[in-house]
Amino acid sequence: MDHRPMAWGRPRDDVYGAYDASYVRPNDPTQHTQQPIVTGTSVLAIKFKEGVVIAADNLASYGSLARFTDVKRLRTFAGTSVVGFGGDVSDMQYINRHLTDLTLSENYSSPDEPRLSAANLHRYLSKLMYKRRSKFDPLWNHILVAGLDDEGAPFLAATDLLGTTYSAPSLATGYGSMLAQPIMRRHAPDEESAAQLSQEAAIEVIRESMKVLFYRDARSMDRYSIAVITKDGVDLKEDEQLEGQSWAFADRIKGYGTQTV
Amino acid sequence: MFRNNYDNDSVTFSPQGRIFQIEYAAEAVKQGSVVVGIASKTHVVLCAIKRNAEELSSYQKKLFTVDEHVGLAIAGLTSDARVLSNFMKHQCLGHRLTYGRAMPVSSLVDLIGEKAQTNTQMYGKRPYGVGLLVAGVDEKGTHLFEFQPSGMTEEMVAFAIGARSQMARTYLERNLDKFENASREELIQHGLKALKESLVQDKELTVENTSVGVAGAQTEGKKGIEPFKLYDGFDVQEWIESVADGPGAGDEAEGEGMDVDN
Repeated sequence: MDHRPMAWGRPRDDVYGAYDASYVRPNDPTQHTQQPIVTGTSVLAIKFKEGVVIAADNLASYGSLARFTDVKRLRTFAGTSVVGFGGDVSDMQYINRHLTDLTLSENYSSPDEPRLSAANLHRYLSKLMYKRRSKFDPLWNHILVAGLDDEGAPFLAATDLLGTTYSAPSLATGYGSMLAQPIMRRHAPDEESAAQLSQEAAIEVIRESMKVLFYRDARSMDRYSIAVITKDGVDLKEDEQLEGQSWAFADRIKGYGTQTV
Repeated sequence: MFRNNYDNDSVTFSPQGRIFQIEYAAEAVKQGSVVVGIASKTHVVLCAIKRNAEELSSYQKKLFTVDEHVGLAIAGLTSDARVLSNFMKHQCLGHRLTYGRAMPVSSLVDLIGEKAQTNTQMYGKRPYGVGLLVAGVDEKGTHLFEFQPSGMTEEMVAFAIGARSQMARTYLERNLDKFENASREELIQHGLKALKESLVQDKELTVENTSVGVAGAQTEGKKGIEPFKLYDGFDVQEWIESVADGPGAGDEAEGEGMDVDN
């Protein structure tokens, strides 16, 4: 029999077969996230008259490798809000599970009462992000929360890995904040113009911006998810294809890459 | 020396299946002066009789504001009530911080119910010696909850706890149908009338001894709730005068002249 200390308190190998050490928590030092590994790129959203449109492509990159091509980065919450995730995908999955738990406990404590609104959810997520950054173990995401606030008005706000929050008639994370944000601002420069925007126009702006991002963001893909949130609920489509692409402009681009002429 | 062997702690059942310490705690609630709560569709009202330990002292507070949307009335040990009300204030504040909204009243009451119940199940602890009426408004409208030292909580349309509160409850039962659609003023008057029912013979409602608390739900065409507000002293004078010697006064009060104040 094995009398060495590492065999103490374990099933005997000679009776139960070799011990599966994967069940034991390794005694390694605690690790904090130092950088994102598998990442999602931009999330875009714009307010319109009756609600919000939000979109993100279905790609999860491993560095510059397009590693997973069917990762859904929009998730609905309580049937009334949508959360869009940019940044680390494993942290997104963690938050996703966390939000499911939140829904469960919320439904348990008040089954017939109104659930958390998008505004409530955004506040909660920002506190979660800030708590994790204060532990020096941030959740490496940039999150957009879209839905309706407590008064039923369109709500759109962002929180990042530091717990910073901000809000605007249109928002974009990552590369989108540079490429898509100016396009969206042309259509909704302020709250008043966003309140004039029709649903069709808002969807069109988002689709157009997604196309521009696909042209110029090397971590993006032409399959994407888009959700429209109104008081009637969430209309989420998770397998959309970018239509009407034109790469004619690509011919004229010179000055980098392996191009020799 | 002992009344029996089964009332030394709150974790021991008697052979009859009773836990005496909890029953004694419920007695402490009956020693406190009476408080009444009524909820209509639009408003919820708390009314209380304050006591002063002696002629020269001030009156002991009976109503507390917990948060913008919640208030409570106490009957029993004031110090225990302060512990609970402090706890509730913290919970409401924490909820506002993390979710940016007012805490649902039922969740809040569940929390104190749970807190009080654990006290009845752990050796070396004692139940709270206080009963509460928790009044509040949230997305679902108005709420009135009763809280007992056993940890029992129950949502009520109208209720009264404290000394001689049975008289007030009888009044409430007789007028139950009128509450749902009552206006703010009517509801307060019903509360004060119920209070009067439970007064001992030569005592009456005065500006010194009466407290009223009101909160209003968000209704159509009105932005936001009417926050829970306490009314004391001369703020309640008009209401007291409006119920003075009105109809429905003490036809059942058979003057069980025992003065429970002590």
